[in-house]
Amino acid sequence: MSDSAGVKDVTAEKPAETKEAVELTAGDRQKVVTPEYMFFEAPRERAFITGSEAAKEAIRRSNVDVAISYPITPQSETMQQVGSLWAEGYVKEYYRGEEEIGVMSAIAGSSRAGARSMTATAGPGLMRGMEVIASWPGGRIPAVLLIMCRVVNAPLAIQPDNVELAYLLNCGIILFHGENQQDFFDYTMKAFIISERPEITLPVAVAVDGFFVTHARGYVSIPSKDIKLPPRDPYAEAVPAMDNENPPARLSRDAPIQKSNFISYQVHASWQQEVWAANERARRYINKYMGGLIEVVNPDAEIMLIASGSAVSQSREAVRQAEEEHNTKVGLIKVRSIRPFPTPELRAACKHAKRIIVPEFNYMGWLHREIVTALYGHSKAEIVPGPRVYGGMSMPTEMILQTIFPEKKFVF
Amino acid sequence: MSVKNISITPGWEKYMTKEYLDLVERGPYGKQKKVSEMGSFKEVLEEHPMCAGCAMTLFIRLTMVGLPNPEHTVLIGTAGCGRLALTQTSIPFIYGNYGDTNAVASGLKRGLEVRFKDQAKDVVVMAGDGGLADIGFSAVMHSWFRKERFTTIMLDNEVYGNTGGQESGMTERGALLKMAPKGKMFEKMDMIGLAQTSGVAYIARLTPTNPTRVASVVRKAVMIAREVGPTFIQAYTSCNIEYAIPTPKVLDDARDIEAKRYGFMEIISDEAKAYLDSIDTAKKAKK
Repeated sequence: MSDSAGVKDVTAEKPAETKEAVELTAGDRQKVVTPEYMFFEAPRERAFITGSEAAKEAIRRSNVDVAISYPITPQSETMQQVGSLWAEGYVKEYYRGEEEIGVMSAIAGSSRAGARSMTATAGPGLMRGMEVIASWPGGRIPAVLLIMCRVVNAPLAIQPDNVELAYLLNCGIILFHGENQQDFFDYTMKAFIISERPEITLPVAVAVDGFFVTHARGYVSIPSKDIKLPPRDPYAEAVPAMDNENPPARLSRDAPIQKSNFISYQVHASWQQEVWAANERARRYINKYMGGLIEVVNPDAEIMLIASGSAVSQSREAVRQAEEEHNTKVGLIKVRSIRPFPTPELRAACKHAKRIIVPEFNYMGWLHREIVTALYGHSKAEIVPGPRVYGGMSMPTEMILQTIFPEKKFVF
Repeated sequence: MSVKNISITPGWEKYMTKEYLDLVERGPYGKQKKVSEMGSFKEVLEEHPMCAGCAMTLFIRLTMVGLPNPEHTVLIGTAGCGRLALTQTSIPFIYGNYGDTNAVASGLKRGLEVRFKDQAKDVVVMAGDGGLADIGFSAVMHSWFRKERFTTIMLDNEVYGNTGGQESGMTERGALLKMAPKGKMFEKMDMIGLAQTSGVAYIARLTPTNPTRVASVVRKAVMIAREVGPTFIQAYTSCNIEYAIPTPKVLDDARDIEAKRYGFMEIISDEAKAYLDSIDTAKKAKK
């Protein structure tokens, strides 16, 4: 491989040898630290910022090579701020793509070039890019996709509703669902490291609910902007970079479509198995870096709420009110990782549960279906489908309390 | 692969296959091969599953000879006949989704430029008329407007050959094809005009009738894309199956079409011209 293969820390070697004085970028001046130091040891300061700003600060510290943007509400603010990072020198390459199929395809290109790549989208943008996104896992494309959920279907609306995540469940992408601004900051940085692990080599999507998280401020503790994650090492991944510095992946040369049906079935079948096995292998790093696929509050309670995204925040408050105002201990399971899905974790955490309530911000209840599938034959609990809000509605805690206490009357 | 990466560890030569030895010892990497030398060196494309007499295959083979730096080139294609041959070249080939070539190439080229500051990496898209003018149209046009520095080569057989002979935007008006049971209702798309409008630095239209010219046009297009801006080659590569051209007559057809409506044409920007002149001057100075 050539000397400029981009796998070394440029800050260490640049100044002495350059012929003419090369101006160091802001990114060049950041110090590379280990993921462990960045995530757990670096001193942090508390900031009061929006979800979009939290994403920006995560990207600033993530040593990103290529970021490609395209506007869509409520995502636009994030990628325009990433544009500012490029202008400031924290991101090496940035442009506004033509639309989402173009953007997602270009991410497939830049990631194949061996460059650390990211983009962000929302709702209809995700739907438009879906053909490409669904092919990233099979292409073993390490990249990070931020998703700011909004309504996708007609009649047109821009309001928060996370039905779009249902479309991502079956393509092999790793999917995290953040509760708040802090999660958006932390999950985004961790997503890069997990995505590029040799045994994983898959795209990671980090979703939050639009507006509730992206446009609202929350407290986020963040490390110094003078440090950044280590660069991507494309030569230590499951599939080699398409940089003509090493033999290309056999798949690109022997695509199953070129072969007899028998070989085609075999290649595609084993490839899918490997994609999903890689997805499962992410568990180890989700446990290591993110504190596990789930978080459990009041683990002994007989009534358990299970939620992801903004519904977790509302559920936390409902748990507090149930205890303080209704003298009832209610449990809460926050699902951080939707893919891989925490099936064994939920089975263990719900063993004693008598009622399971699944509050969601979408009509069809994809999380409920996932939970029912995971617990089938492993729990005798009643699994309540809802409460649910959709189309942009917020979820009053009274709505959750009403489901917890059906005999009482709540006003909402 | 770059020359260094394909070289065999000393002492292991006898264990390598003949094919591999040929590629290392008699391949085109690191040497600029000429069309007149064909038959005397190991070509980038040899075995392929294309139809007998396919003009597209001839064109692709000549294109591979024209590449100025095959050891630092990455090819991108999409669904269509061309990729059946392109996947068999000894150059990395990316086969993405339908019509995504020029978007993938944009990201790939920029990513390679971030990583390789001192080594030019050439990105070449080769796809059909359907892939570039129909399903990939938006990505093609925007890559040109953005002045992305890679080469787009259209293998224009004026039909969807791989799916069994449906009309494309590049089909001639009136042609009777599948999905055009009454003949195509509108004109062949003017991709050359669109390339001009969007500021492509070098545009060429040709057929495979003149092998040396194909290689020379490709070389110019790749060199200009490296230093100046986007380049576009539109090549008539007939489908002898769907257009029922007898196999021995494929080149006669190409000459005929060339004479009637597909004559050689080159449109070059001033900047690209100046760049080519500077290469020539440098070459002459060396001599």
